[in-house]
Amino acid sequence: MSALQDVALLAVALGGTATVLVRDPVRQALVSGGFGFSLSVLFFSVQAPDVALSQIVVATVAVPVMVLLTLAKLRRDDDRER
Amino acid sequence: MRPRTVIAALVLTALAGLVVWSVGDLTPFGTPSGDADAVARRLVRDRHVANTVNGVTYDLRALDTLGEELILFLAGLGSAVLLRHGRGEEVEEERGDEEAPPRTADLLRVAGALLVGPVVVLGVYVVVHGHLGPGGGFQGGVMLAAGLLLVYAAGQVVALERVEPTALVEVAESSGALAYALVAVGGLVFGGAALFNFLPLGTTGDLLSAGTIPVLSVAVGVEVTGATALILTEFLDQTLLRGGE
Repeated sequence: MSALQDVALLAVALGGTATVLVRDPVRQALVSGGFGFSLSVLFFSVQAPDVALSQIVVATVAVPVMVLLTLAKLRRDDDRER
Repeated sequence: MRPRTVIAALVLTALAGLVVWSVGDLTPFGTPSGDADAVARRLVRDRHVANTVNGVTYDLRALDTLGEELILFLAGLGSAVLLRHGRGEEVEEERGDEEAPPRTADLLRVAGALLVGPVVVLGVYVVVHGHLGPGGGFQGGVMLAAGLLLVYAAGQVVALERVEPTALVEVAESSGALAYALVAVGGLVFGGAALFNFLPLGTTGDLLSAGTIPVLSVAVGVEVTGATALILTEFLDQTLLRGGE
């Protein structure tokens, strides 16, 4: 295994653990974006660029954005009720 | 320790064992052998497609892709049905008691505006060159939708409403899905089997080659761009646009 694969695997392990351990949903969305990016680096390093390309956009952009938008909506509704 | 923790630890340990076991005798990276090698060679010979992954996605298993595409189509449709404001519903009440949304940082606006062009060009490139190199309709499609999201990040909410009228996004979503289905029927008409690769195969490595593979890739690209943009628009709509100013 190349050094890049080792580093990417380590980053995936740390990122996945970090995503679970972070309790605040807003931070969790951002950390999971970083985790998704480390996964895409891993996919590149094991010669799966097709998967890596979709992983980059879906995991680092689309999913965090949807989570953040949902949280923003929920908070606004909360504020209004108070 | 709570029983829940014990069960979780046991299950996770068993899962880790299974993963190690299954990864143990995989073939090494970068040296396709046996079936994998045969499929790659066969696709180049019979379909003139350089990217094996898309040869499988849009030819050998094109029916699976049709199903996936329809799933995404329905997901977009479902989120539109669930999230869209009804006529006049709530929107009127929300106005007035809203404070102005916080201004986007200038740096973010500039970076967003600068990135829109390159991201869209890259997205189109990836969609069109799916049969030649890494990429294809899905990857390029989500890039294009992300490009539209950058327009929002640049703070151009008004521009977004203009660039991305919901009607156009909906048309893209449905016409992409329809185009894929039409190619499937075309195979039935011209080749006697659904999704039969009925177009001329051309020279391997040319932009116009591999028959229906790039056509399907573009159809998926249009559909994915539409569906992802539609879902993101509905989320944005619910959260920010309506009642914002």
